[in-house]
Amino acid sequence: MKYISEFRRSELAQGLITQIHRQSKTPVRFMEFCGGHTVTIFRYGIRQLLPKTIEMVSGPGCPICVTANADLDKAIALAQIPGVIIATFGDMLKVPGSDSSLQEAKAGGADVRMVYSTMDALKIAEDNPDNAIVFLGIGFETTAPTIAVSILQAEEKDIKNYYVLSLHKLCPPVIKALLDSGEVKLHGLICPGHVSAIIGSQPWEFIARDYAVPCVVSGFEPLDILQSVDMLVNQVEKGRSQVEIAYRRGVCPEGNRQALKLMREVFEPRPALWRGMGGIPGSGLKLRKKYQRFDAEFAFDIRPSPTREPAGCICGDILRGVKTPADCKLFGKTCTPENPVGPCMVSSEGSCSASYLYGGGFE
Amino acid sequence: MNDKILLAHGSGGKLAHELVEKGFVKALANPLLAKLDDSAVIDFSGRLAFTTDSYVVSPIFFPGGDIGKLAVCGTVNDLAMSGARPLYLSLAFIIEEGFLKSELNRVVNSIQKAAEEAGVGIITGDTKVVHRGSADKLFINTAGVGIIPEGINISGSNARAGDRVILSGTIGDHGITVISQREELSFSTNLKSDCAPLGGLVAEMLNASPNIHCLRDPTRGGLATSLNELAKQSRVSIRIEEQKIPVREEVLAACEMLGFDPLYVANEGKLVAIVPDEDADKVLKAMRKNRYGENAVIIGEVGAEKPGRVVMKTVLGASRIVDMLVGDLLPRIC
Repeated sequence: MKYISEFRRSELAQGLITQIHRQSKTPVRFMEFCGGHTVTIFRYGIRQLLPKTIEMVSGPGCPICVTANADLDKAIALAQIPGVIIATFGDMLKVPGSDSSLQEAKAGGADVRMVYSTMDALKIAEDNPDNAIVFLGIGFETTAPTIAVSILQAEEKDIKNYYVLSLHKLCPPVIKALLDSGEVKLHGLICPGHVSAIIGSQPWEFIARDYAVPCVVSGFEPLDILQSVDMLVNQVEKGRSQVEIAYRRGVCPEGNRQALKLMREVFEPRPALWRGMGGIPGSGLKLRKKYQRFDAEFAFDIRPSPTREPAGCICGDILRGVKTPADCKLFGKTCTPENPVGPCMVSSEGSCSASYLYGGGFE
Repeated sequence: MNDKILLAHGSGGKLAHELVEKGFVKALANPLLAKLDDSAVIDFSGRLAFTTDSYVVSPIFFPGGDIGKLAVCGTVNDLAMSGARPLYLSLAFIIEEGFLKSELNRVVNSIQKAAEEAGVGIITGDTKVVHRGSADKLFINTAGVGIIPEGINISGSNARAGDRVILSGTIGDHGITVISQREELSFSTNLKSDCAPLGGLVAEMLNASPNIHCLRDPTRGGLATSLNELAKQSRVSIRIEEQKIPVREEVLAACEMLGFDPLYVANEGKLVAIVPDEDADKVLKAMRKNRYGENAVIIGEVGAEKPGRVVMKTVLGASRIVDMLVGDLLPRIC
């Protein structure tokens, strides 16, 4: 079986679209939590194909977008410390912090390197014993286990110059915070596929049970999304609210036990700052005391510049699903992928970027 | 030390002469080059196309080609995209001190083979050697000239509403091949770069119809960027169908993994042609007879509304904008 083209087959998609149209009676608002889903929805024009009864809103599932300016400023401040090499996933480079970005810091002489995996960062540490290598731990439950592995390996190999700035975030707590705020009324949630591959579908159960919001865990191909919408519509029309998995090829209810074990060995939950949502209890990860020597916040005296938010940017509201990119006065004018003002325009998974690149005022 | 390039190889002195005469002139066997005067002197008349490009690809060897083949094909293709018959190239090396002579020979041989296939002569050149660290192994610049036949008028601003858009084959092969060879990205594919000289294909297309409006080779920035350039230059809109664009399964898979869109991935042996509707079938037929156009397809058409815009009908039947590439997908792929 081909795992890509098979999930983009037009005739199967047409069948699902027809079924959704036939089934959907009640006006509903569904949120796709994950930025990866947002990109698929825009890239394939899925919103245009759904009946008027279904409104899709994008959620806060873009790790770079939800990283608060205060945390970005820490990363930029770390980059300015002599002898420090910052290793990071590429998207982070362009994200503007309060005064600057990692890209600007790099142009000013800071050593900032783009890596594709945490193991590459570890290798930089081994190759540069006289420097301190700080990996920017940005991401959800998906990346946290790989970073845990890098720390365990650093310990095993006794690598003394490898550090992690842990800005990791956890998904279930932020969804809870969103639902508790009551700002956006949701009738269904498309749950993140990759995150669920790690944590399983069980951590979403409280949403269906306590908030009566139907949940479907979805993959990232257009057929996955259509199938998930179809399953949500089915739950709504039948008055059910359950957690269902449309992404069976990647997700099982209990998740990836090995990855979870590694994550729990190295990290423990802590409160985290989310852009647009402020502090959310238990929604971040920090290194356990046992691994504190790898913790950049513990090892360095980080002095970030005072935090400022970019004037006019509504990324925070967009991340909560309260507003859309089209509501933003800066969108497509002063804020473009070439000159981003807010992170949702920078990250390839950001809803502003997806909307600009694939939608761009197009009806 | 005989196996490495030294600073003296670029000094203009004895070692430099030896390298040029034994290494380059012999391999590239061209009487105009062999004269070794300060300039190559050539006779010709007609409309001249003239272009230049620098090549810094990393790694310098990759499946399906190397920096030498690329330096010939890239410049030859730029000439061909003006409808010109490519004739002569210049060839300039910037070599990092310590570069292996054996690798340089490999590159020169590959340049010779590519030039022979493209039917161009390399008639002037230059060699510089820079300190270790001042360049990465080997950079090449080539410039080329060609003659545009009578009655041919190809330009990015010639597209007209109603024209058809033809693509010569699968997209993304070169970019993904080179990226897959990078140390920092450990994945392997059986892909090969599509790097190829397209002068012959273009000549056959022009034979089939001298009325071709635009030609472009979608290199850096990929198909999406080329189409946007054409739409803007010609002040037209272009509408393409995702379903019709050929992409290899390996390229799709790599793009998924890396978060790329094949529409933005570089090609080195593909072209897009914008052709009047009535000539489209003739041109397509001619293309399919050529080995570099056997998978050619009509992927869309030109419209008059919303000038400058490229729109794609997705596989699901919805429409979306196809914008230019923003930023750099990955540096140094050509």
